[in-house]
Amino acid sequence: MELLMQYIVTGLTVGSIYALLAIGFVTVYNITGILNFAQGEFAMIGALTCITFVNAGLPMYASIIFAILISATIGLIVERTAILHARNTSVIILIIITIGVSTFLKGMGLIIWGTNPKQLTPLIKMEPIHFMGAVINPQSIFIFIVLLILLAVLYVFFEKTYIGSALRACEKNPRAAKLMGINPSTMSALAFTLAAALGAIAGILITPITDATYEMGFLIGVKGFVGMVIGGMHSIPGAVAGALLVGLLETFSGGFISTFYSDAITFLVLILVLFFKPNGIFARASGERV
Amino acid sequence: MLKVDGVSTHIGKIKILHEIYFQVEKGQIVSIIGANGAGKSTLLNTLAGLYRPTSGTITLENDVISGYPANKVVEKGLSLVPEGRQIFSNLTVKENLLLGMFSKYYKEKKLAEENLTKILDMFPSLKKHLKNLGGNLSGGEQQMLAIGRGLMSNPKIILLDEPSMGLAPKIVYEILDTLMIIKEDLGTMVILVEQNVKAALKVCDQAYVIDQGRIIINGTRDEISSNPQVISAYLGIKSAGA
Repeated sequence: MELLMQYIVTGLTVGSIYALLAIGFVTVYNITGILNFAQGEFAMIGALTCITFVNAGLPMYASIIFAILISATIGLIVERTAILHARNTSVIILIIITIGVSTFLKGMGLIIWGTNPKQLTPLIKMEPIHFMGAVINPQSIFIFIVLLILLAVLYVFFEKTYIGSALRACEKNPRAAKLMGINPSTMSALAFTLAAALGAIAGILITPITDATYEMGFLIGVKGFVGMVIGGMHSIPGAVAGALLVGLLETFSGGFISTFYSDAITFLVLILVLFFKPNGIFARASGERV
Repeated sequence: MLKVDGVSTHIGKIKILHEIYFQVEKGQIVSIIGANGAGKSTLLNTLAGLYRPTSGTITLENDVISGYPANKVVEKGLSLVPEGRQIFSNLTVKENLLLGMFSKYYKEKKLAEENLTKILDMFPSLKKHLKNLGGNLSGGEQQMLAIGRGLMSNPKIILLDEPSMGLAPKIVYEILDTLMIIKEDLGTMVILVEQNVKAALKVCDQAYVIDQGRIIINGTRDEISSNPQVISAYLGIKSAGA
């Protein structure tokens, strides 16, 4: 029982990190049709820049804000340089470009920060909490709360603001959106910036638990992507649910079978989902009046 | 005045429009009629900037609008209500309407509210649906929403691509009535593309017949309505000689 509780807590913690990346994936995918495989690298950039600022003597909260801003700016630069000029080619080429960007960013990370893992002190300095036999790291609770707050903020942004409605219009019908005067290229830049910021937040949050390296982005990026696919590609709530599921799956398979196979099991589930429910397990049937 | 001067459009390698010349005077409704595949929609999409013309120029009140992307052409005062309405089905009716003036919204929020009231007075049946999703409206209401959305930016000219498509005759006439209101009350120029030639000829001042990407006949409404070629080919009435 204690073990079960422990797995749930750990699973939801990693799942929340994957969820932040999955939200970034969905946002970019919905608005531009591109699967941005550089998404995970923004977690790396966010985490390592934050550590650099902290080591330079800046207060923690300022470092976090600067790190998020810098990552978002890099996201914007990536969109303006690598994506914008290839905008009229096929989507598959754009996806391959993002893989190139990912390799490039990882290489830059290696040059700037080297190979040694770097640590970040937790934001909340508290003793671990004992709950129903499980030991909960306060950072885990913090991660979960940040995820909930971000979901609320994103909900308000997408559903209640004017620019959010323009983004949703662009998602649904880019051609008609253009006729309204909405510039799809601006919306694409906005999506990449937002996704990069979310990636950076995920990286900064996970670092006190796992440490940060130049290559940390790949695996959490892929897991975020798997979460998105399981959740149905198109909706933020679906992607979050999918990502949490991936987190749980990983800890449970790691705990009950072997940590050696936990990644393999996660991908096996992905393959099964794609076989039996290719639209994702949380996708709703959709219809349109013509 | 909108002036189309020798406009040709290619889609891929195929030349769809062949040197089109025509103009719309202030306060006019101009109909463009023609069969399926004649190039009507391509012409409207070219005017709206969705296709870039390969030759020729389009001027709207001394301002060259050809060569700009669609999102800039709207700012310059030309609004296209696309074929099949293209409502944002995931957005509410109010959101749909407000997006119609995207380029001005942040600068002129007051104008947005005024325009919203104006459009709702023009299409009272949309009032009760303001908070409903656009995708849940009936076909006729969606068409009204699409026209209303097109008018939100206070365009100098509005282009309608087959507004009668899939609608009951009664609703088609309601929509034609609103075109007269747009022309007379708002002073907006209108280009109406229709396969329903009879309906189009009821409201227009001038008409152009387009066939295989070329304008083959043009004239005032009365001239076109009495043209034997139009009568036999588009109105489905056998001409006296046949």
